[in-house]
Amino acid sequence: MNLPVTSFLLYLDGVSVAFDGFRAINSLALTILPGEMRAIIGPNGAGKTTMMDIITGKTRPDTGDVLFNGSVDLTRLDEAAIANLGIGRKFQKPTVFEMHTVEDNLRLALKADRRVFRTLFWTDSESEREKINRILATIRLEHLREASAANLSHGQKQWLEIGMLLAQDPKLLLVDEPVAGMTDAETEATAHLLKEIAKDHSVIVVEHDMAFVRELGVKVTVLHEGSVLAEGPLDTVSADPRVIEVYLGR
Amino acid sequence: MITSAILARLDLRGRLFLAAILLALILVPVMNLVVPAGSPLHVPTWLVSLLGKYLCYAILALALDLVWGYCGILSLGHGAFFALGGYAMGMYLMRQIGTRGVYGHPVLPDFMVFLNWKELPWFWYGFDMFPFALLMVFLAPGILAFIFGWFAFRSRVTGVYLSIITQALTYALMLAFFRNDMGFGGNNGLTDFKDIVGFPVQAQGTRVALFALTLVALAGCYILARTIVTSKAGKVLVAIRDAESRTRFLGFRVERYKLFVFTLSAMMAGLAGALYVPQVGIINPSEFAPGNSIEVVIWVAVGGRGTLVGAAIGAVLVNFAKTTFTTGALAPYWLFALGALFVLTTLYMPKGVIGTYAEWREKRRERSTLAAHAASKPAE
Repeated sequence: MNLPVTSFLLYLDGVSVAFDGFRAINSLALTILPGEMRAIIGPNGAGKTTMMDIITGKTRPDTGDVLFNGSVDLTRLDEAAIANLGIGRKFQKPTVFEMHTVEDNLRLALKADRRVFRTLFWTDSESEREKINRILATIRLEHLREASAANLSHGQKQWLEIGMLLAQDPKLLLVDEPVAGMTDAETEATAHLLKEIAKDHSVIVVEHDMAFVRELGVKVTVLHEGSVLAEGPLDTVSADPRVIEVYLGR
Repeated sequence: MITSAILARLDLRGRLFLAAILLALILVPVMNLVVPAGSPLHVPTWLVSLLGKYLCYAILALALDLVWGYCGILSLGHGAFFALGGYAMGMYLMRQIGTRGVYGHPVLPDFMVFLNWKELPWFWYGFDMFPFALLMVFLAPGILAFIFGWFAFRSRVTGVYLSIITQALTYALMLAFFRNDMGFGGNNGLTDFKDIVGFPVQAQGTRVALFALTLVALAGCYILARTIVTSKAGKVLVAIRDAESRTRFLGFRVERYKLFVFTLSAMMAGLAGALYVPQVGIINPSEFAPGNSIEVVIWVAVGGRGTLVGAAIGAVLVNFAKTTFTTGALAPYWLFALGALFVLTTLYMPKGVIGTYAEWREKRRERSTLAAHAASKPAE
């Protein structure tokens, strides 16, 4: 099969998926350049989470192309394979491994051989510990290294999960509502953190919080009923009458 | 080298557990073989075998705890793997009878002569050799678990659905083994054993040796399981238990981890069954009964899920209670007691005996540090 080769890191075209007749994604087209950070907004049910499910292999599209790194067809791979290709995902609800310590959460996420027998005979190494230390510093959880993840506050869990994404060192990060339920101070710190990360990773952020999106200051894509309604800088997009009608005006 | 590597993986609880095993390994044989029969310290041979039976159950419980406690796979069919290991050992023991059977046939076991079979079925070949039988003790449950797990975990069957199909698995095997045509002795199973590796199976020395072997096997299985759960792979297993899809999005092939631990656990259960059969002297299809597998879950829950040591202790405790109960006037009420035990454990001791004890100690330590803090502060 001849696949179109593109220079985009992520390339979605004509992607559609229906659940029981309901079209969650409707001929969606979206491209992300290497190193780009993109914010995705849209009302509830616009298909933001379904789009992430498609990119990460949880849901298979009925039609359309989903290409990573120019030529890898993501629709043929499962979650683990896609994760190992270099696509990391942060969920809307923070999901960390509650029974493990903060450090172990990061250790599990750390880019390494994921095969059973390799992890069985794994031993601690200096370089691994250094990487974990660096991430702990970035996400400001150094003092909680030995704490069980279950005892973290909501905002700390969000950060730990972002830290786990960093540990995976993916080429592309999908971040679903990173500041939901955070205080203003935490939101600001998170925006700062994401901007740091975007320096050497491509990032897609799905968010409801307009102030946060403004803080990020990146190109915005507005989703509505499973397809792209508008795209551009936040100010241009928010001036678009169609966007105001479906989303901002309400 | 190896000893220190093993010790590094053990916590205090594990070391105490192994110390207790070592103590039993010395004391019980001495109290049986050396202490004279009249002495109150004498352990009669029947009791040695009974304890050996409990220890086999402890290995089975350990195997279940590895998959249920650490990976969240609630197998309600582990009795099937136990029974398969038992049948592999039983087949070896049958072939050792030779001409000493009721019909005196040099090759065919009694039940085959009785059923007018003319020759040994192909799947009985090789079972006259102990190494082959030993291999099958691991391979028969291992291969079944691998094939079952391959399909179940790849199609992402989890939770209650998985538990139900494991019940169906053991039930189906029970029905199959009940049939005379299967060639495993049907209803009566395999019994009337004579020798094991040249030693008479009923002899006092053999019984003590089997007991000791079971202890060693329990220690070995514990060390293996402990090594796995403290490795990075063990952390992945717990991650799968607590957040399966998250683990998948981190790039771990969840189905392979499950398959690995499920197959290993089934082989452990098979070993338990193989040690069980010569000590109780019989294996029949009732070992496949769905209720047996559920009982194992109760042992693990009572002892403390996800603690390994707790599972082994739970198995011994519950079975000791069962023996006490079912040999007295209370015998008809055992199942009620067992059910009540499970309900009460779930309600009031969700972490089992070991977990509750650890919690109580933790609380006491906290209280004493608080008291120390209060004492060091000047009174206001």
